[in-house]
Amino acid sequence: MNNKHVIIIGGGPAGIEAAYYLANNGIRITVFEKDEYPGGNVKNWAKLFPDFGDASVVRKQITEKLKHDNIKFLNNTKIENLAWENNNWIATSGSEKYIADVTLLATGFEVFDAKRKEELGYGIYDNVITSVDFEDMYKTGKILTKEGKIPERIAFLNCVGSRDEKVGNHYCSRVCCITAVKQAIEFKELVPDAHAYCFYMDMRMAGQFYEELYRKSQEKYGVNYIRGRISEAAVTIDNRIQIKAEDTLSALPMKMTVDILVLMVGIESSESTTKICTDNNIVGPYGFAKSKSLFGMDNFSEKPGLFLAGTCKRPLTLPETIADGRSAAVEIMNYLKS
Amino acid sequence: MKNWGFNISKPRVIDWDTRDTSEYAKIIEKVPSAQRCLMCGACAATCSASNHIDFNFRNCHLKYRRGQFEGLADELDKCMLCGKCKLVCPRGVNTRAIIYNMRIFLNDLNYKNIEQ
Repeated sequence: MNNKHVIIIGGGPAGIEAAYYLANNGIRITVFEKDEYPGGNVKNWAKLFPDFGDASVVRKQITEKLKHDNIKFLNNTKIENLAWENNNWIATSGSEKYIADVTLLATGFEVFDAKRKEELGYGIYDNVITSVDFEDMYKTGKILTKEGKIPERIAFLNCVGSRDEKVGNHYCSRVCCITAVKQAIEFKELVPDAHAYCFYMDMRMAGQFYEELYRKSQEKYGVNYIRGRISEAAVTIDNRIQIKAEDTLSALPMKMTVDILVLMVGIESSESTTKICTDNNIVGPYGFAKSKSLFGMDNFSEKPGLFLAGTCKRPLTLPETIADGRSAAVEIMNYLKS
Repeated sequence: MKNWGFNISKPRVIDWDTRDTSEYAKIIEKVPSAQRCLMCGACAATCSASNHIDFNFRNCHLKYRRGQFEGLADELDKCMLCGKCKLVCPRGVNTRAIIYNMRIFLNDLNYKNIEQ
């Protein structure tokens, strides 16, 4: 198998994990990353749920795996085109062409652009931020309003860009609920006297230790959970945010002024994922890559030699993404042997 | 003024900016498990009183949380303090103690007289 060449599009957790295991088996790998640094969306996070692990440490563990003799890592290289020609996969980036026996698509996700939900005021009002902005701010060790004030009240809104027909996404992004719980706890640790409110349609605590964290956030940190979706946000004269929602459990409308409104943005298919999948006719719902079968053939696409790993297929948590990269490596090795 | 048959209705909106949160804080202090309540309604479903008369503990608890005390004291009088609700709660909330303390605090607040 030593003469085989595998290209991996995407230098995030799934792509790197697959590269590492394939390289250990003597296969030559080229990993393409469109950004300057590897690590994908992990670099957007400060701490990870559910154990508040340091994301930069995890990211380092992941990216260290690229340091392998069999792995060639090309940053700032965006694959614009991928095609099956003369029994080879040809990936094109600018004027460069790369030939491979097998391609692994690990192009990941992008977070939902909150500006598309105009009624929530992101990009219009200073103190409406996204969960990714929150993480950025948290890295500085402080959560402050645009005016530099310590918030007395913060609200988190779940399902921004997920479970919303109005933006064309019927699916659940799976990671935002638990991220809201995590961020509410982080906020309460920084500002114990402040009030944190979390607006939700359902709290989907499906992972291990998620429910425990949810419970802890209520019990230890006094985070308030209100079932109801914020319908609109407006700015007050002192640049705070007034939100309207229904308190569905009381069956009454409610309004509240908060210092910061955090929108828990969902997971969407990345531009590269949709482009490459459309070109190769393996595109599934919402522009994600379509696997051959959820059961047993999840790393296969309909195209022989084109494999899939990670969040290019659907929203996944980080541990799931890493495991999926590893599983893709096994499938690719079996494919190359046959 | 001439009576036109119209009057200004009280707003139905729960206004969190004017709401008094200190009262519910007292309940949490006495019954810390109250914070864990998910409003699942298992308590109200099993309640012997709820099955026969118009009474809903889950709703009473929520109203107290939201600072809506009107008529609540009379509502809570319907509870027999049997504690069946406490047995079914999936989050181990001491529901019986919540009712008991809500009654005491509402009495202190003199909210019973407001409706009369």
